Parts: sequence; C-alpha cells; structure tokens
Amino acid sequence: MTTLDVSETEINEACAKLKRDAVAGGYVLNSDTGFVERLVSGILTNERRYGYPACPCRLASGKKEDDLDICCPCDYRDPDLDEYGACYCALYVTRAVHEGQQALTSIPERRPGRALRRAKLQTQPTATHPLAPLPYPVWRCKVCGYLCARDQPPGICPVCKATKERFERFM
Amino acid sequence: MIVEHVNGKDKGNVMLYALSTCQWCAKTKVLLGELGVSFDYVFVDLLESQEQDETMDAIERVNPKGSFPTLVINGTRCIVGFREQEIREAFGG
Repeated sequence: MTTLDVSETEINEACAKLKRDAVAGGYVLNSDTGFVERLVSGILTNERRYGYPACPCRLASGKKEDDLDICCPCDYRDPDLDEYGACYCALYVTRAVHEGQQALTSIPERRPGRALRRAKLQTQPTATHPLAPLPYPVWRCKVCGYLCARDQPPGICPVCKATKERFERFM
Repeated sequence: MIVEHVNGKDKGNVMLYALSTCQWCAKTKVLLGELGVSFDYVFVDLLESQEQDETMDAIERVNPKGSFPTLVINGTRCIVGFREQEIREAFGG
C-alpha cells in the first residue's frame, strides 16, 4: 500500500464542510486548525485507500461492513465526548475543551478489539420482541420533540440547538 | 517489514507501532525525537496484509485493544496512546 497524496484544496474544502456540518449539528471541532487539517487529510487518504472515510486513528480492515462503526464521525464519538471531552482522534471536542476549561488528552480506545469484534459478528442478535426492554433509553428534546436512543442525551439538540438539560427521558 | 530507525541515545529496544494517518501517533514520534531517544517505528497501515496481521498479533500481545500508538520498551513495558508524562518519565526526560 502506498500513501496517496491529498491536495491542499481538497483538504481545505473538506475542512470547510466538516466545520459547517459540525456547527449545524451542535458539535465543536478542535481549535488547533493544523491538527484538524492533518486528521482530515488522513480521512481523505483512507477514503481513497479503502473507499470509505475510516477513522485516521484506527486501523481499517478494508471491508466497509466491518468498519461502519469507525466511519467518521464514528459510533464512539458521542460517548467519548460525554466521558472525556473529545472523540478518539480529538477532531471533535466539547465546548469546555474548546474554551480551555478542560484539558485535551489522548483517550482510551472504546472500540472492542479484533477478537471481540469477530466474536460479535458470529453472534448477531436476532430481532427482539417489540415489548422487550429497550437496548437504549430514548431521550426527547422538550423544545422541538427530537427523539434519540442513546445512553445520554446529546450536548446540544442537533435540530433546534437546545442544551442537554432540556431533554427528558421519553422511554 | 518497513521498520524505520531514528538514531539517538540508547534507552533499550524502543519500538513505536503507529498509523501514518494518526495525529496522536505523530505527536508521539515527535516527542521521542525531542527526547533524543533511539527508536524504531512502523506504520502498520502501510504494511501488506499478511505482515499487517502478524504485526497486529504482536501488538495485541502487549495491548489487547490493538490500538495506536503503542510504544513498546524492551519488549515488556507498553505505553498506549500519547501519554506525554509517562513517555517522558520512561526515558528520564
């Protein structure tokens, strides 16, 4: 495998889009623009190399179906933002980190290791009964009614930008 | 396997397993350079598939998550992630 050169224009365009999407969704990017540009360059490199935007800080398998969880933004971003104030790469950070109220550090890997992922693939859960306990709590934005199923409500409602405390447990 | 070597003070066998696209890996590599330590590094994402698998097996023996960067000192001590303080202390920086 070779390193595929990504042009400066491509990086700048991808950074601009990433920033727009982040702002629209209530997310915050790392304030170190050079760091962000190098991560974006890594995502673009992975997109060329593997055909999907795999996380630049994780080893992609080359099989998209095995790596959906690490396509940026990854499945682990929001829990990592909640627990550590940054995603695994530190591409996304919380407002507290952005404003310097919380230190930014390299964080532990939340994604299960290779062996566990393989074992999980072999034991795919079958459809559950509609009245079975929910795998995640459902949170409702009291401002706009946006619903999401996850461990914690998001920091900011992606639809109306209401803050976390405006969410209530719905199911 | 494409293992690169960086010259410096001999602090034992220092091996950095990294990804070419990972910025915490890049920071770790820069820090080792700053500390003037002699070390080897390999970009695991640039290896051919069989070599990559074998390298992952080696990494997982010291870091079961198989995450990056993984820094292995003398084949036994392992520092996972860009733990700046820990890395400085390990090399008396």
